[in-house]
Amino acid sequence: MTLFYLPRFQGAALAVWRRNMLVWRKLMLPSIFINFGEPFLYLLGLGYGLGLFIGEMMNMPYLTFLASGILASSAMNTASFEAMFSVYTRMIPQKTYEAILATPLEVQDILAGEMLWCATKCVISGSAILVVAALLGAVHSWHALWVPPVLLLVGLCFAGMGMVMTALAPGYDFFNYYVTLVLTPMFILSGVFYPVTSLPAVLQSIVQLLPLSHAVDLIRPLVAGLPLANVPLHAAVLAGYGAAGYFIAVHLARRRLLV
Amino acid sequence: MPSVVEIEGLVKRYDDREVVRGIDLRVPAGRCFGVLGPNGAGKTTTLRLLLGQSPVNGGAIRVFDLPIPQAGRAVRARTGVVPQTDNLDPDFTVAENLRVYGRYFGIAAATLDARIRELLEFVNLSDRANARIATLSGGMKRRLTIARALINDPELVVLDEPTTGLDPQVRHMIWGRLRDLRQAGKTLLLTTHYMEEAERLCDELVIMDQGRILEQGTPAALIKKHAEPEVLEVRGEEQLARHALESAGDGRFEVIGDTYYYYTRDARAVVKRLEDLPGLTFLHRPANLEDVFLKLTGRELRD
Repeated sequence: MTLFYLPRFQGAALAVWRRNMLVWRKLMLPSIFINFGEPFLYLLGLGYGLGLFIGEMMNMPYLTFLASGILASSAMNTASFEAMFSVYTRMIPQKTYEAILATPLEVQDILAGEMLWCATKCVISGSAILVVAALLGAVHSWHALWVPPVLLLVGLCFAGMGMVMTALAPGYDFFNYYVTLVLTPMFILSGVFYPVTSLPAVLQSIVQLLPLSHAVDLIRPLVAGLPLANVPLHAAVLAGYGAAGYFIAVHLARRRLLV
Repeated sequence: MPSVVEIEGLVKRYDDREVVRGIDLRVPAGRCFGVLGPNGAGKTTTLRLLLGQSPVNGGAIRVFDLPIPQAGRAVRARTGVVPQTDNLDPDFTVAENLRVYGRYFGIAAATLDARIRELLEFVNLSDRANARIATLSGGMKRRLTIARALINDPELVVLDEPTTGLDPQVRHMIWGRLRDLRQAGKTLLLTTHYMEEAERLCDELVIMDQGRILEQGTPAALIKKHAEPEVLEVRGEEQLARHALESAGDGRFEVIGDTYYYYTRDARAVVKRLEDLPGLTFLHRPANLEDVFLKLTGRELRD
C-alpha cells in the first residue's frame, strides 16, 4: 500500500474554502473591527511613539519601516493561528473532516482548501492594515497594491507549516511549543522592528533561512516605493516552505484520519 | 441479482490485533442488508473500509463494481453515509448544513435548493430549516444526518447504528423513512445491535462477531435454523425455576442474570406446570432474532 499519495489540486478543495468563508461571513463585523483596530493600535502606538525617537530607518520613516514589517508578521500570525487552532478544531473535536471524508473529497483536498482559506484571511486582514498604514501616511508608492498577492503567498507558506503542527498535535497546548520556539523568535529577529543587518553575522544567516525575513524583504520595498531585489529567491523560499509543509501535513493527516 | 457491494477475504489489523478476520460479503442491489453484531465485532471498521476511509490489510472490496480504495472518490459520490455519532457542522443552521454538504459533492446551487426543501420535508424538519444545530434534540440531529446522507441522491445508503440512543417515536419514524428509501429502489446497508430493527427492516443479514461472519440469511430463515420456535422467560425463585425447567423434558435452557430462558418445540406442558407455581413469573413468546444472536455470539458482556 502506498502511504504517500502525491496530492493534486482538485476543484473540490474550493468547497472547503467556501465553507470557511460562510462561517467567516457570519462573524464578519467583529472580525473586520479587529482587523482594522489592531494595526491602528500598533502603528499609532509603536510607529508614532518609537518613530519620534528613531526618525528614519533604512532611508524611510520608521512608521513605514514598521508598517511593512507588521504586514508581514501579521500575515504569519493570521495564517499560523488559523492553520493550527481553527484547523485542529475542525479536524479533531468538531469532526468536520470526518463528515467531509464521507463525500468525494480526500484529505489532500481538505488541507488544500484550508490552506487557501488561511491565505485568504491573510489577504483580508493584511489589506486592512495596508489601508490603515496608508491613512497614516506610511505608504509611499502605488506598488503597495502588489502587497495583497504577496500576502497570499506568505499566508500559504505559514499555513502549510502550521498544518504540520496541527496534524501532529495531541491537543491545543502543543501549539505553544511552535509559537514560543518558532513564531516568536522569527517575529523578533526577522527585521520587523529593526534591520536584520544589525544582528550578529551568525544570527543573520540563520534568519535568512527562515521564511519571515523573506516576506519582509518582499513587502517593505513595495510599501516604501524602493526597488525590489531578489524576488525569485524570496518567492521560492516562501513557496518552498509552504509546499513542503503541505506535503508533510497531508501525509501526517492521512495517517491520523484514515485509520 | 447484481451486487452493489462485494467483499472477499477482507482483513484489517490495528497493530497486531485483527479486527476484521477474512470476511466475505455480498450486498444485492435494491435490498436492505443488515450487519448485526455486539460492540467490537468489526461492523464499523468494515463500513469504513468499504468507503475507502481506512487502509485495507488483505482481501478485496468492490462497490458498484469499482475497486476500493482506488475508486474511493467515485464510490463516495454515489453513496450516502449516516455515521454512528452525529458530526453535523455546529457552525451552521439546519439548511446550511445540507447546502454546505451538497457543495462537497459539487451539486449545482439550483438543484441543491430544491433538494434541501424535499429532504427537510422527508425528515419532518421543514420548520427548523433556520435553527442552529445546538438547539436540536438528539432525534432531530439524527434525522438531519439522514437527510444529509441523501443530499447526493445516492444509490447506496450506509447507516452505522442509525437509531442507537433514540426514543421509540423517532425510531419508528426513521424505520418508516428507511422503508421508503428501499421502496424507492435504493440499496441500504446498516449495522445494528437492535434485533427488532434488523427483523423489521432487513431483507437479509449477517451476524458478525470478533471480526468474523458467523451466519448469513433472511431473519426468518435464521430463526428457523438456530432457535426452537417457542421460548419461555422465567423469573423468580431460583431453585424452583431450575427444578421446574430441568424436569420439563426435551427443551434446552440457559440462565442470563436472573432470568431462565427455555427453548422448546412445544411449551404447552411446561406452561401448565409453571402456572401452578406462584413463586415464578414467566413470559411465553415465539423465538426471535435475539435468541439466534445470543446463541451464536454467546452471552458474556462486550465492551
